[in-house]
Amino acid sequence: MCLRKGFRFCALVIIACAASQAAAQAPAQTPPRPSPATQGERGGRAPDYPERPPAPPEQVAHGQQIFRSNCSFCHGSDARGGEKGPNLVRDQVVLRDQNGELITPIVQNGILDQGMPKFALSAADITDIAAWLHSQPLSDRGAPTTLDILVGNARDGAAYFNGAGHCTQCHSTTGDLAGVGSRYEPKTIQNLIVSGGGMGVRRRSRGSAPPVKMPPLRVTVTFPSGQRVQGELDHVSAFIVALREPDGTYRSFARHDSIPKVVVTNPLQWHIDMLPQWRDADIHNLTAYLVTLK
Amino acid sequence: MTRTPALLLLTSWCLAGQSLGGQALDSALLAGPVTDAWPTYAGDYSQRRYSTLSEIDTANVRHLTLAWVRRLTAGPGSGEGGFFGPPPGPPAITGGVAEEPVTMPGSTSGPPRLSGSILQVNGILYVTSPDNAWAVDALDGHILWHYWWKSRGGTHIGNRGMAIYGDWLFFETPDDYLVSLDAKTGAERWHREIADFSQQYFSTMAPVVVGNHVLVGTGDDLDAPGFLQSFDPNTGDLQWKLYTVPMQKGDPGLETWASLDAARHGGAQVWIPGSYDPATQLYIFGTGNPTPAYTATLRAPRDTHTNLYTCSVVAVNVNTGKMVWYYQTSPNDTHDWDATQAPVLVDGMFAGKPRKMVLQASRNGYFFLLDRTTGEHLLTAKYSDAANWADRINAKGQPVRNPAKDNTVAGSLVSPDNGGATNWHPPSYDLRTGLFYVVLHEVYSMYYLTDTDPRMLVGLGGSEQDDVGSLGTSIVAIDYQTGTLAWKYRLVGGGGGGSGLLTTAGGLLFANDGSGSLVAYGLQGRKPPAPLWHARIGSIENAPETYTVDGRQYVLVTAEGAVWAFALQ
Repeated sequence: MCLRKGFRFCALVIIACAASQAAAQAPAQTPPRPSPATQGERGGRAPDYPERPPAPPEQVAHGQQIFRSNCSFCHGSDARGGEKGPNLVRDQVVLRDQNGELITPIVQNGILDQGMPKFALSAADITDIAAWLHSQPLSDRGAPTTLDILVGNARDGAAYFNGAGHCTQCHSTTGDLAGVGSRYEPKTIQNLIVSGGGMGVRRRSRGSAPPVKMPPLRVTVTFPSGQRVQGELDHVSAFIVALREPDGTYRSFARHDSIPKVVVTNPLQWHIDMLPQWRDADIHNLTAYLVTLK
Repeated sequence: MTRTPALLLLTSWCLAGQSLGGQALDSALLAGPVTDAWPTYAGDYSQRRYSTLSEIDTANVRHLTLAWVRRLTAGPGSGEGGFFGPPPGPPAITGGVAEEPVTMPGSTSGPPRLSGSILQVNGILYVTSPDNAWAVDALDGHILWHYWWKSRGGTHIGNRGMAIYGDWLFFETPDDYLVSLDAKTGAERWHREIADFSQQYFSTMAPVVVGNHVLVGTGDDLDAPGFLQSFDPNTGDLQWKLYTVPMQKGDPGLETWASLDAARHGGAQVWIPGSYDPATQLYIFGTGNPTPAYTATLRAPRDTHTNLYTCSVVAVNVNTGKMVWYYQTSPNDTHDWDATQAPVLVDGMFAGKPRKMVLQASRNGYFFLLDRTTGEHLLTAKYSDAANWADRINAKGQPVRNPAKDNTVAGSLVSPDNGGATNWHPPSYDLRTGLFYVVLHEVYSMYYLTDTDPRMLVGLGGSEQDDVGSLGTSIVAIDYQTGTLAWKYRLVGGGGGGSGLLTTAGGLLFANDGSGSLVAYGLQGRKPPAPLWHARIGSIENAPETYTVDGRQYVLVTAEGAVWAFALQ
């Protein structure tokens, strides 16, 4: 899948380009978004905003029924806004209301200058409407998509795989990619096409698919004497480099003024180099092709 | 060295504050560069985070060593942990309106998240985390008092620090209160509700004191309107409230929204402190993204719907609370790339003429240079090679969104990722070199739209973003006159490095290297910096600061729930 001729699988990368690892370790610049109150507890963590005690299902159902026959003409059958009336689920009065006490006077008196008429509904009915409104989910931030992401053309994807993409320099549909369409859901495959491994994979892979392994970064440390030490990179900074030798021995070396010389090799460098070059259509077509490899 | 005059100035101000029961900060102290004290969020009003201190310099920085470390413990228990052994600190002074406080690690127990600025005034440090505040001796880390706020909840994402006015401290709580403490004792003076908790506002901003005003912003990730408020430091009374979206018929900017209802739910939160220009009495701040964040269908169906004043740099007169000018850096944003990054005030040459300017390296990957007196746009430049979401720059200097790089059902490969090319972590402007240093993340994400019915999308709903690769994290030096990068220094081995920058007259740049170290780099003009010194203290949480106490320069940073102070051996 390489666009550049003469590409070598294991491109040598100066230390300053250990970008794949960098990204993999990147702490979120924005801390994780907490779940909204309506989603309740996630992972055992208390919600940030107090949850409303759930109303009895009969009350919620009755409120929905009253809403549908009186309010949905303007506000939409799901209360999320219509031609005339605003979205009520996120409305400030609705959010502030507890049991209909703020909603009731508005429904019974109307907001005439904004085109909302009065409704001769009982306080009990409006309380039930409020219970239904308060049961509506507010947000689904960060939820993985459940939509069908396959829009690409599998034939074009195959042509790209075998041609312009140069994917066959590293990958084979009968080798590492055999059956990939059965192992992962399409979105995971698509993310892996771009990342090359590790990143972009949420935990819910299809079936019992093994976790995607991130190939280790390799490092070569060269001392002024000419002595070289090689192994898997453990960590590196401007002041230290640490690695594991092939026999598992952990070694670390201080660095001063870029001595000893450190060269990191990233097997995924091609995927990093491709990041600025991808066309979304090629990604979509490749995904459409790889999901056919059952 | 010019320490003495600044110390005298500071001392006289503090004494005056005590005797008069609160006196405005001397604007000369704040308007000039940072010297001995660190009396506001960025050390001064300009947000340059450039200190004139030079005791620590490129020649001696290798002798920088740990002076003290103070581990802090959140919650009602003892304020001082067993780390490095001193006796426990005083019990926490308790405030808050909740009868049953919400239990949250970092608020009610355990190590706090110390991502805010720390004030240093008269040898005392004032430290915050969500729901917690401490006074700490700047010489040895001894805790003088600890205040704990019983929280009713809210997004506990962080607290950016306190403001001080005479002997009075001010900070915000996640459950939307502005709390004022007596700096000497930690006793609460008053608290005021500053936003409606039921709309899921949460408050993190470090207040900014300007004259007789305490400027206060809040945050919200639901569809609520943003605003900036000014409170009286003495009484806590509201002086004015500036909404950052149109709220009434006839409000300016309403024509940039699909409807008044859309505007009133349009976001533009004010969650990072702004800068202040004493000459024009303008407070200049950035606003957040429009909401719902990830689709413009219902709030901006037409090209002219730019959704003012979201993702904008805004100037307000502090006395009147009226907006004087604005500049929108991301018209009709669909990626949650707010413009809340520090607006940095710089006086210098541009196109052959002296100018009073404001610089912003925005979360969207573009750098903006404006005239801060008028808001006139001077220059736009892309400082992230990776940013790929805009087609072109329009006549106003604004990047124009490519709709193909919005959230799509099939997925779009977009950079920056949600965290942005940079975020709230403070940049630094170097008065010696005239270069603007910014931490740059060049991460790519697949952006998926998860719901095709825009009516269902509220706040940050409707998007899944999967990071799929990175060109790396760098510190870049932007030449504001041209927008070009004088250098780009790649941080090896780590992806963090986002916690903010400090430059000093000693020719040093202090930064988190993303590998768990605080690093001092020697600045070499337009050549990349040289790493000279480091301390591997763990995950660094705030921007480094510097101050002088008793004639000795300290460098201060937080990591792993502790405050670390370094000085020359």
